[in-house]
Amino acid sequence: MYDTPDIADRHDAVCVVGAGASGLAAIKNLREQGFAVDCYERETSVGGGWNWRHDRSPVYASTHLISSRPMTEFPDFPMPDTWPDYPHHSQVLSYLERYSAHFGLGEHIWFGTEVVSAVLVGDGRWDVTTRSTGGGASRVQRYAAIVVANGHNWAPAPLRVEGDFRGEVIHAAAFKDPAQLRNRKVLVVGGGNTGCDIAVEAAQQATTVWHSTRRGYWYAPKYLFGRPADQVNAGLLRWRLPLRLRQFLYRRTLALTTGDLTRYGLPVPDHRPYEAHPVVNSQLPYYLGHGLIKAVPDVARFDGASVELADGSRIEPDLIITATGYLPRFEFLDPGLLDSDPDGRPDLHLHAFARKHPTLAVVGLLQPDAGLLPLAHWQSVAVARWLRLRVSDPARAAAVQQKESARTLRSWSRRQVVPTRRHWFEVDYLAYLRTVESLLREMEPAR
Amino acid sequence: MKSALVRFADWTDPVPPVEREVIAAPPADGDGKPPVLFVPGLGHGAWAYAEHWLAHTAARGFPAYALTPRAGGDLRAHVHDVVQTAASLPRQTVLIGHGAGALVVAYAMARYPAKAAVLASPVLDGWVSLGAALRTNPFGTLPAVLGGRLRLSRRQLFSAALPAEQAEEYLGRIDRLRPRRELVTHGPAATPVGDPRVLVVGSPDDRVVPRKSLDRTAARYGGAPLLFPGMGHDLMLDEGWAEPIEAIIDWLDKELLTV
Repeated sequence: MYDTPDIADRHDAVCVVGAGASGLAAIKNLREQGFAVDCYERETSVGGGWNWRHDRSPVYASTHLISSRPMTEFPDFPMPDTWPDYPHHSQVLSYLERYSAHFGLGEHIWFGTEVVSAVLVGDGRWDVTTRSTGGGASRVQRYAAIVVANGHNWAPAPLRVEGDFRGEVIHAAAFKDPAQLRNRKVLVVGGGNTGCDIAVEAAQQATTVWHSTRRGYWYAPKYLFGRPADQVNAGLLRWRLPLRLRQFLYRRTLALTTGDLTRYGLPVPDHRPYEAHPVVNSQLPYYLGHGLIKAVPDVARFDGASVELADGSRIEPDLIITATGYLPRFEFLDPGLLDSDPDGRPDLHLHAFARKHPTLAVVGLLQPDAGLLPLAHWQSVAVARWLRLRVSDPARAAAVQQKESARTLRSWSRRQVVPTRRHWFEVDYLAYLRTVESLLREMEPAR
Repeated sequence: MKSALVRFADWTDPVPPVEREVIAAPPADGDGKPPVLFVPGLGHGAWAYAEHWLAHTAARGFPAYALTPRAGGDLRAHVHDVVQTAASLPRQTVLIGHGAGALVVAYAMARYPAKAAVLASPVLDGWVSLGAALRTNPFGTLPAVLGGRLRLSRRQLFSAALPAEQAEEYLGRIDRLRPRRELVTHGPAATPVGDPRVLVVGSPDDRVVPRKSLDRTAARYGGAPLLFPGMGHDLMLDEGWAEPIEAIIDWLDKELLTV
């Protein structure tokens, strides 16, 4: 369409990187604010990580949501109310496909096209270089702004362990099907939601399962009192119970339901409830109790056929699955643009707005204690309104920016979390939504 | 101001699913016009639109749907029903509500970015409409105020031009329900999401929604009401039903072209 060099300037159009859940929300909300949008998607279909056909998708056959439906759906496009409390990943994909079709987003997406680089040109505009995924000629187009929604669950974080292991080591991202576990001796490393899910899966397939965790966690059940646990928890927040009281209730409830897990060899949590990303798994204690999962400490060293654990004991798995999480990656951007630290973790206002570049934003780079989609939606609404305000009322935009720069990190990010690598973008969804709402009100058009 | 982002009611107490009655009329030609979803008012069901408006809308090229919100549901449940149905349609949907159904649509617009919306004889000022109903039909309305069932009268809904026999037939199909208090006591609807164009249509001779109320509602959405003098409250059933729906679809064609 725009092959000739003289129409490479897309004027007021906004470039969106990625057509996963966050990218789709960004397209829709930018369109609602009247922007022309070009979205680039390296795959040939929408859905990002939720699309199991995509080679970077982390989903495995049994992936279900861990936050319940009402807390996970887009706020302005609900999932069918006949769906289960915790839909399957294939339902999430069909939901995203319907969202895209419903709002006619497909016509703004360039599939099979990846963004190679985005370079800031003098006036706050961006030269975006794209090319067909996996090669081909590249072309450069100029945009008024760029919204990055490239996801953060596709670049596996490596397990750093000394020594060599003779068996098979795969990252959780490469785990797709329970058949991979059948009749094997499996070590699952990592106590996050993925690690627990895979350990449970392995308990039903493998001959032996070890589950190695570095620290103790609070393993929340998926249901409490017959309701999805996150809905029960939202009830506590609704009545504005103070954190201490909620922590007390959390401990009591867990003591009465899941009970003490240390007798299965799991470490005592080294943090209070609500101070780490929630791990939601009802089945892990069940399989621990049946002896089908053996809880073991951190991996210390690989030694040929065996693995040495932190307590000095040795086990001999033939398959190691590392559920060690993912790293954020923005290869097409200069790290300075996002104020990234040496590990590549950006420092952004509300985890969305580049601090020094008003026309650069990231959507969906959050780890909330609820579903991500609602937060990504409101983030993209805020980004779209912000970009609109810059054009329509620069004076007010400057005032908003002034006011926002005074907003402290503590007011919107998670107050207190265990200091681990994964928690850098953890947010408390309620505090976050309230902050975004106050930003939206500041930017509300004068009536 | 109520938060649009923090939705505890939906998070902690989701509206339970139900089987919803949706009557569909496929469009005459598939030239990509958006679906239109009709929402009936108090006591009415999808049938009220199936009489004339549904087929007429489809003949003008719009995939047309009429929904009967759940029996006995409150405003929140009815808004849920509308949003669920709209989101289940293949494209971004135009919402058209009549009477108390227009109130449901006004609320639904805060929850779903409607392609456009039409509020027909909208009952958005509950107290005003209650006053009008008490004046026009005291014996049918008073029991409902006291917690009994509502009996709507011919004078309230139809003009004298509609044959008595026909009017009685329609009245017979209207549910004699117990209206909820919130129909009158509800707060104003939140700002619509997605900034849809909104058209208000009505009749200056409506005995449920006074002219002033029409003007107020239209002003709230930045316009003036489109009026059909001589007609009663039930624009889609009364004699001359073709005129309002023609005007609505002309407006839709024009608006959707410019959007």
